[in-house]
Amino acid sequence: MAAAVEVHDLQKRYGTLAAVDGIDFTVSPGTVFAFLGPNGAGKTTTTEILEGLRNRTAGTVSVLGLDPWSQGVALHRRIGVIPQDFRFFEKITPKEAIEYYRTLFHTVRDPHALLERVELADKANARFESLSGGQKQKLGLALSLVNDPEICFLDEPTTGLDPHARRSIWAVIRALRKEGRTVFLTTHYLEEAELLADRVAIIHHGRIIASGTPNEIIEKYGGPERLRVEAPPSLASYLTTKLGIPASAEDGRVEIELHSKEDALKVLSTIDASGIPWHGFETRHDTLEDVFVRLVGQMDEGALRSEGSA
Amino acid sequence: MNPRRIGADFRITALSYFRNPVALFFSLIFPIILIGLFGLIFSATGTTAVNLAVLNEDHNSPESVAFLHALNETKLVKVQVESVAPSDFSSWLGQNDYPVGLVIPAGFQSNYTSHTSTNVTLFTDPQDASASGEVEFAVTGVANQFNLDAACGSTTCAPIIGIAGASVGSAVYTYIDYLIPGLIGFSILTSPMFSMVDITSSYRKEGIFRELSLTPLTRAEWLTSRILWYTLLTFVTAGIMIGAGAYLFGAHVLITAQLVPFLIAGPFLFVALGMLAGSVARTPESAALIGNIITFPMMFLSGTFFPVSSFPSGLQEFARILPLYYVIDGMNQVMLFSNTARAFTDVVVVLAIALVFFVLSIRLFKWRDE
Repeated sequence: MAAAVEVHDLQKRYGTLAAVDGIDFTVSPGTVFAFLGPNGAGKTTTTEILEGLRNRTAGTVSVLGLDPWSQGVALHRRIGVIPQDFRFFEKITPKEAIEYYRTLFHTVRDPHALLERVELADKANARFESLSGGQKQKLGLALSLVNDPEICFLDEPTTGLDPHARRSIWAVIRALRKEGRTVFLTTHYLEEAELLADRVAIIHHGRIIASGTPNEIIEKYGGPERLRVEAPPSLASYLTTKLGIPASAEDGRVEIELHSKEDALKVLSTIDASGIPWHGFETRHDTLEDVFVRLVGQMDEGALRSEGSA
Repeated sequence: MNPRRIGADFRITALSYFRNPVALFFSLIFPIILIGLFGLIFSATGTTAVNLAVLNEDHNSPESVAFLHALNETKLVKVQVESVAPSDFSSWLGQNDYPVGLVIPAGFQSNYTSHTSTNVTLFTDPQDASASGEVEFAVTGVANQFNLDAACGSTTCAPIIGIAGASVGSAVYTYIDYLIPGLIGFSILTSPMFSMVDITSSYRKEGIFRELSLTPLTRAEWLTSRILWYTLLTFVTAGIMIGAGAYLFGAHVLITAQLVPFLIAGPFLFVALGMLAGSVARTPESAALIGNIITFPMMFLSGTFFPVSSFPSGLQEFARILPLYYVIDGMNQVMLFSNTARAFTDVVVVLAIALVFFVLSIRLFKWRDE
């Protein structure tokens, strides 16, 4: 099956600034692809190039087999786009907005069903200006579905929304995937990517610094499993001396890396034997967020490149 | 161009408009206020010599030439002898932007020398009160002088030269009649210009054009829907203004089908110009500035409130480069003077400018970035 999105050596320069500096990735049909990166990393520029809203400087881009810039009109009939901070005509209601889009796209979608789908049916006749941030975003989502798109582009769809609104947008994204649509998602929220995405790419300073499934990325770039107990800092130095494994203390907690199952038992019995008061233990893996923060931080310090060449 | 999509956009525009009290006020109430205000004000002042078109039917007889020379000497008027058929003189004056005209009757000299009463006819333009007043003053003064000079041999000699009044145009007009085409022109200019400049720049800033660019709606369709909407508004506004003028001040203008081309071509021109102004600006603030720079000179110098013929000649030349001048002049021609030929020229000029602006704005206006 042909890729839904195929990007090869994509570049976008503004004068001397390279907003996107030669990136490659592929999105398989029917999957959720999350595109992550700090602010100004090149996420929105890349997304807009894929949507046909911005021209590229160099490289090849194919979305549903079309060139987004030169074949934008044909492409727009087959994709749905929700930008960051969706805005619409202030005096128009969600129902009228959907009727408007329905006529523009010449489709027969029931406005009520679409609004129900994004949990906005109760606001069908409220003016856009009176909607909350989450409700406006939901209307954007509903409008992007009017043309029954094969790919949905969602650019930070949940930024600034309350947890409840965020969860209802997640539900819609899951449903889109279930229907066999491809979802291209950019987000700040790593938790969101980890929950929803089949594959993830992290972009920083215009380059992709990691890509794969969330688990692959965590496995590749994340640290080992760690055991964490609530105890005074003296326990950390005790453990380091006794076991020769580095341990750290912070905020009344002591953390020690585990490299095997045996390590866990050894550490726990050493703690117990120390006589230092402790309680409540847990083990934790790095999350995508931990990996993201570490990768971006390392790169900003210029450490990543020197490590890579070493 | 797809009529279905244009219709859908037209509907959204109309709904937005009807739900906006400020917009409704400006299109429905403001015209009545304008007509009322300017109908009441009716005032003008001037000090330069007024061009006076003269029809000398006494075939340049010495006395008639002397009479005209005396008029020139007052420095209040500048006599310009014309040759026009007497029956056409009134409408000819209107078509040639003369606010005043004078007819010296045939037999002026023989009547004068034989002390038989004779009337010169003074055509005045009620819209141009100051010019009319000055000319009337000059003609009366010169006629009195001639009457005194006549050797009638008695101190009770009856005046020989009298003055009959007539009006420029084919009927008797009041200022309000002239004001109506001017103010319709005013709203044809301001209503689309101000809102198009605002919409074009703010929709871009808010990303609404971006949304629309992702739909099959094209820029030309979008612009066409706006043109249709402002044409409809112009018809409503023109109707309100004509109605208010007639009801409040007893105005009577010709309501003719020849007005229709101007009520379509006018909004067409200014919707396109507004979009052009809005799309060359980078921010809504600079767009508003550009819009004002374009709009304000036209608002006052195109014959909206005062006839262009009353301007100093340099300003008259300037008025002729303003697109709105041709809209208002054309409406004056069809509503007041029934001068179809000149109105046709005007409408062709308006359409040509409108087309240029339409094409330019579609070219320059991008709803996506490079």
